[in-house]
Amino acid sequence: MKYSALFGALTVTGLAATGASAQSTLETVQDRGELVCGVNTGLTGFAEQGADNEWTGFDVALCKAVAAAVLGDASAVSYVPTTSTDRFDLLTSGRIDMLSRNTTWTYSRDVDLAMDFAGVNYYDGQGFMVRSDMGVGSATELDGATICIQSGTTTELNLADYFATNGMSFTAQSGETNAELEQAFLAGSCDAYTTDASGLAATRASFPNPDDYIILPEIISKEPLGPATRENDSDWTDIVAWTLNALIAAEELGVTSDNVEEMASADNENPEVRRLLGVEGDLGQMMGLDNDWAVNVISATGNYGEIFEEFLGESTPIGLARGLNAQWTDGGLLYAPPFR
Amino acid sequence: MSDVHAQTVPFVRKSMLPEAEPPARQRGVPLWLRENLFSGWFNTILTILGAAAAIWLVASILPWMLRGVWNADSLRECRDIVIERYGEGVTGACWAMIRERWPQYIFGMYPQDIFWRPTLAFVLLLVAIAPVLYLSLPRKLLIFSALYPALAYWLLWGGTIWLPVMVLVGFALGWGALRLVLPRFGAIVATAVAVLVPVLWWGLLAGDAAQDLQGLVPLALRPVGSAAFGGFLLSFVLGVTGVSLSLPLGLLLSLGRRSDLPLIHYLCVGFIEFIRGVPLITLLFTASLLLNYFLPPNSDFDIILRVIIMVTLFAAAYIAEVIRGALAALPRGQYEAADALGLDYWKAQRLIILPQALKISIPGIVSTFIGLFKDTTLVVFIGLRDPLKGVTDMIRQTTAWKGIYWEPYIFVGALFFVICFSMSRYAMYLERKLERGH
Repeated sequence: MKYSALFGALTVTGLAATGASAQSTLETVQDRGELVCGVNTGLTGFAEQGADNEWTGFDVALCKAVAAAVLGDASAVSYVPTTSTDRFDLLTSGRIDMLSRNTTWTYSRDVDLAMDFAGVNYYDGQGFMVRSDMGVGSATELDGATICIQSGTTTELNLADYFATNGMSFTAQSGETNAELEQAFLAGSCDAYTTDASGLAATRASFPNPDDYIILPEIISKEPLGPATRENDSDWTDIVAWTLNALIAAEELGVTSDNVEEMASADNENPEVRRLLGVEGDLGQMMGLDNDWAVNVISATGNYGEIFEEFLGESTPIGLARGLNAQWTDGGLLYAPPFR
Repeated sequence: MSDVHAQTVPFVRKSMLPEAEPPARQRGVPLWLRENLFSGWFNTILTILGAAAAIWLVASILPWMLRGVWNADSLRECRDIVIERYGEGVTGACWAMIRERWPQYIFGMYPQDIFWRPTLAFVLLLVAIAPVLYLSLPRKLLIFSALYPALAYWLLWGGTIWLPVMVLVGFALGWGALRLVLPRFGAIVATAVAVLVPVLWWGLLAGDAAQDLQGLVPLALRPVGSAAFGGFLLSFVLGVTGVSLSLPLGLLLSLGRRSDLPLIHYLCVGFIEFIRGVPLITLLFTASLLLNYFLPPNSDFDIILRVIIMVTLFAAAYIAEVIRGALAALPRGQYEAADALGLDYWKAQRLIILPQALKISIPGIVSTFIGLFKDTTLVVFIGLRDPLKGVTDMIRQTTAWKGIYWEPYIFVGALFFVICFSMSRYAMYLERKLERGH
């Protein structure tokens, strides 16, 4: 092991020689035969690594969907775990092709950082959890409370904003990671625990006695989480955006992983399904993909609703309701533009 | 005088009494207890308080550990099993998580079908360090120790075997150049050539040569990227490399700091004081983030290699100071004796000064190594998966194990204790063996 320094140096010279070229991201990915996707180092339900080192989760499913669309193989993904600090650097420096890491779409990130958002795959928002025996039914009753919060995140700023606008005061108990904060909250050293609502649900489900805790109804911030790509890479951004739209539209149109082959047959009467699945027209070729790209996507990962149910929904321990993430026809915000 | 006694003293014992056992209070367990635990009222109070604290700790932790569940698929299942066995409101450890995830704690994300490679590398590591640690073993084994780094690199990272072989060839070339040039042009030229030849070889020819040889005799293992390294595998790679590189570097730095040449002296002082004045975490951030700005874009300077360099420099600065302390502790007479024998600088260091100085500094050096090994967990802050927090946080975020807290810390802590305690016991063995009684 002593001399590995030297091997590394050799590898460096080798890699530096390959350098960058003028290929489009799509060509790069297809030549490589693999999509490099930035995901969270670990977030319950969104990005998890199993005992067999395989990645699963809601955000991971989007990586798989894009790989299925571009390469026809949902397993042709190399996952790069990213932290909240290095995720944008990794994307802009080209070390990952896309970022699917519960990243909030904000003005400054979109405009100022060299990246584009390709849509929203989960509408989240910051909430509060308290012990039910406190008798608190609303966040407006939390005046003077001690609140457990992860330091250095936007949740901290949202919390300060919310309490200032409502003329209340609070004491923050900051912690480095959620695991520490959950222990502090369980031990009773703070009155309330705040983070994104999806995280609150996952945390509550992990407590020994979930019924002793309630999540307050107020959502104090908007956190539209979505996949991101490099700025001025419109063709690639289109592919990511329309893969996500295909997942959403498939749910709306009733296309599932079980019936997609059947729906893709020529005698399907719904023209939009025919266009989506490439039976009619050549929508796929417009993006530089095969016409049956959406069939590959949906048969590999299922539609949006199936993915949600598998990783976050009420059949999982996390047990999230669809809420804002329901189809627009069901009172949610999911609204895929038409495939035409 | 004895006749005087015979007349004045009514009784005189004529034979010795047989040796009797000391009274019960003066021997065995009661004596030990009284001398060590109850020798005064203050110590008695302390003993009672200490025993109470120990009993309380064991009584509160041990049942929890013993109630632990070994077979379950999630934390919830663990809790249900404990409640089913011991009733409502009872808690127990969930060792099932360790049982399911121990490969990730040991090997990180290393592909599971080739676990034999890091395992073999570890076994060979024991073979390679044995002759270094135990002087009674045959010296020929040191040849294997010298080849081991290349072998371990090949086993762990895979790829063609010819790359590490070509790097070894570079060292051989350097040595050959030294032997060739030294008698003719003197030490300074020879050193320069001995450095330059291997560097040129590695920089210009080694890569192509490795490729050509691979074409001729294909001998390669499946490559494994540095991203797959984690857990104790990562700690060992960083720790063992850091330890074996920082000792020689620290030795040179400590000699340099005592050098009479102002240039060398101030360079060493500057380096040591700078490194010791900066927290390790700063150096790690430098390695992971700052270096990117100096490297050409798109270059992928291996992150583990960067960390190894930083950890080595950090440990070397501390080792240098430990050895400098030992050098200062040697009596002036030893240096003068070496001079009087007509030894040149390197011979004096090698034969007289360093053997004594290193012996004195063993406890300090081993402390530094233990610290270095434990510090490898800091790499979690630059996104590497150290065993303590990197792997643990990853597992804690899975739906099945979310909410588990103490079990992983206990497991990893126990492993660290075993490793660090062995290092410290070895150091004590070495001190006893080198004891010369003066």
